[in-house]
Amino acid sequence: MIPLSYSFRNLWIRRMTTLLTAGGMALVVFVFSAVLMLANGLEKTLVSTGSDQNAIILRKGSDSEVQSMITRDQVNILKSQPEISTGPDGKALVTGEVLVLINLPKRATNRPSNVELRGVLPESIPLRSQVKLIKGRFWQPGSSEIIVGTSVAKRFQGIGLGESIHVAMRDWTVVGLFESGGAAFESEIWIDAEQLMQAFKRTIFSSVTLQLKNPNDFSSLKTRLEADPRLTVTAEREKEYYTKQSKVLAMFIRILGIFVTVIFSLGATIGAMITMYASVSNRTVEIGTLRALGFRRRHILTAFLMESLFLSLVGGGAGLFFASFLQTLTVSTTNFATFSEIAFSFSLSPSIFLASFLFTLMMGFAGGVLPAVQAARRNIVQALRST
Amino acid sequence: MALFRLILKNTFRQKLRAFLTIAGIAIAILGFSFLRTVISGWYGGVEASSQNRLITRNAISLAFPLPLAYKGVLQGIPGVTGVSYGDWFGGVYIDEKNFFPQFAIDAPTYFDLYPEFKVPPEQMQAFLRERNAAIVGVKLATRYGWKIGDTVRLRGTFFPSDWDFVIRGIYKGAEPTTDETQFFFHWQYVEERERQNDSPMAGHVGWYVLRVSNPELAGPVSQAIDQRFKNSLAATLTESEKAFQMGFVSMTESILIALKIVSFLIIGVILVVLSNTMAMTVRERLKEFSVLKAMGFRPRHLMTLIAGESLLIALLGGGLGIAVTAPAVAVFAKKLENFFPLLRVETATYLACLLTAVGVAFGAAIFPIWRAITLKIADGLRRIG
Repeated sequence: MIPLSYSFRNLWIRRMTTLLTAGGMALVVFVFSAVLMLANGLEKTLVSTGSDQNAIILRKGSDSEVQSMITRDQVNILKSQPEISTGPDGKALVTGEVLVLINLPKRATNRPSNVELRGVLPESIPLRSQVKLIKGRFWQPGSSEIIVGTSVAKRFQGIGLGESIHVAMRDWTVVGLFESGGAAFESEIWIDAEQLMQAFKRTIFSSVTLQLKNPNDFSSLKTRLEADPRLTVTAEREKEYYTKQSKVLAMFIRILGIFVTVIFSLGATIGAMITMYASVSNRTVEIGTLRALGFRRRHILTAFLMESLFLSLVGGGAGLFFASFLQTLTVSTTNFATFSEIAFSFSLSPSIFLASFLFTLMMGFAGGVLPAVQAARRNIVQALRST
Repeated sequence: MALFRLILKNTFRQKLRAFLTIAGIAIAILGFSFLRTVISGWYGGVEASSQNRLITRNAISLAFPLPLAYKGVLQGIPGVTGVSYGDWFGGVYIDEKNFFPQFAIDAPTYFDLYPEFKVPPEQMQAFLRERNAAIVGVKLATRYGWKIGDTVRLRGTFFPSDWDFVIRGIYKGAEPTTDETQFFFHWQYVEERERQNDSPMAGHVGWYVLRVSNPELAGPVSQAIDQRFKNSLAATLTESEKAFQMGFVSMTESILIALKIVSFLIIGVILVVLSNTMAMTVRERLKEFSVLKAMGFRPRHLMTLIAGESLLIALLGGGLGIAVTAPAVAVFAKKLENFFPLLRVETATYLACLLTAVGVAFGAAIFPIWRAITLKIADGLRRIG
């Protein structure tokens, strides 16, 4: 067996070439992991918005809250279901909510984008255990006061604590900021549902969210509600609903990202191949000597393959290292499912880490295997004779 | 002349390496031009918009409707020569994967404002006669194999229940930028059902589209309209069609920025691959360069030799990449039709590829040239490979 240090030292001797090849691979792994982190971050944000205990009820045929309508009568029927759990104060944990999209100019670009304005009832807050007020206070019922998610407050104009926006012929003052542990609610503005309905001349709720006493009751509740002739609704587990909301955008990011990385990785693999072929041809005499000393063909093959794998690991490690810093970034874009802006972060997961590593090794292997075979097949006598 | 022959011989001395480098560059150039094409496809709607059209929508957001009653007022604003309106339908054809834009439009006026949608007159007549008729783009019709007379069922999301439409016309685009994947039908058809259901959407439209006699009137007319409805229940926002379409683009800005960054990273990858090759080439030939120097070749000769080789490889790779771009885009354009109805390679993209190849060639040659020029003859001759 040829010692590993032989392969390793060879890379060190030609530092410039090693650096360039590994740099190319680092770029590829950087982009590869960045794309996966982005799609993962989006899914994490939306999935964490839903809770296993909650169910959301929409009008039949609606794919999202924005399209859904539920009348007051229907809300009252839904409120009387026996599966609904009660909060510490004895109130049933069920809420009718109204969702509307409004345009607000962004702080950075001054250009308008869509934001979700959610009209909520007092019950909405105990229902969403992840929502926490971090500054200011809740609105007074009956007033034109709003509380906003921290990421909306950061991105849009006139929506910081104490500021106000003019929508539907009224000025709405921000009296509180809330967080929701990274969930999509942070990209929303919350308002008293009754006030919102008055201002926007709406008589209809968008959805009803309820908390189940026992999550296992969901399927029986769903069957009963969907069969009820007074209601034309579909019930979904909240978590499943939000997972669906992330599907189109996450798929789009992945498809585009994978297409780009495939092209990138071909380039980088070719780069590795060039390096390894040059390395083999520079060391023809050395290979001959090693063979003459008694090393077998498979030892030569392993040594060169190891060299290529080392090379890719250096590159991949660097790429992943730099990509992990992306986690501090937050991006925002329009979610195709709801047409509203949503903010999310790059998020690294063990499976992305593993995928990037395997991808790296694959590039190293693909780039090194042909040159290594060429090296191993050299004839001893000819190799020693060459200059 | 002799130098040129030397460049040619040198380039293909290591055939495998030259071939691999050329292939690497070609792939990267293909990736670069593809991303550039996607980016320009993103702006497709902006490109296709007319100077003479304005869009009036609810100031709160596009998701809020405007009363049908505004139509009369809009027609009376000086400078406005045509008014039509539409509504986003958002139905589902078979399942969610089959996405295409569907619009409920005011049939008698809409196509008058959009002359770029070419419908044969007899098909237009048939469309106008029937309440549940539809006109579809030629690309859309081809995608689903629809013919005139076919019935298409859409499941409404904003407008519940199933809707059946009979295709009575197929339009072609007058310009290469015209979107041929849209689905139009009578707004009145939807309106009737909404009234029956006592829906709050009845008597409302999604947006108005206006024609002004002169593009210069766009500003004053927009202001006049928004001023007129400022203190009403539904305040309006009027902007040129171009600005309206830009609004959609800027909502997805971060994806666009990511694509732009990636397209520059690709240039980085080409630079790395080519630099690697050139660095190796020069290192292997340091002895030869010393001999050339000893024979009296000047630094500029060495410079020409190295830069020429780099340029030759980059141009071959770039040329190959450019040559396969159009067929590759054609394949992907079919796959991505849902997202980008207009995906085609622009001349500017080809030009950018060419400039990139040349730029990369010189960028990759700088360090090796410097090394060859500063090399001391004695050191080079003493050197062992």
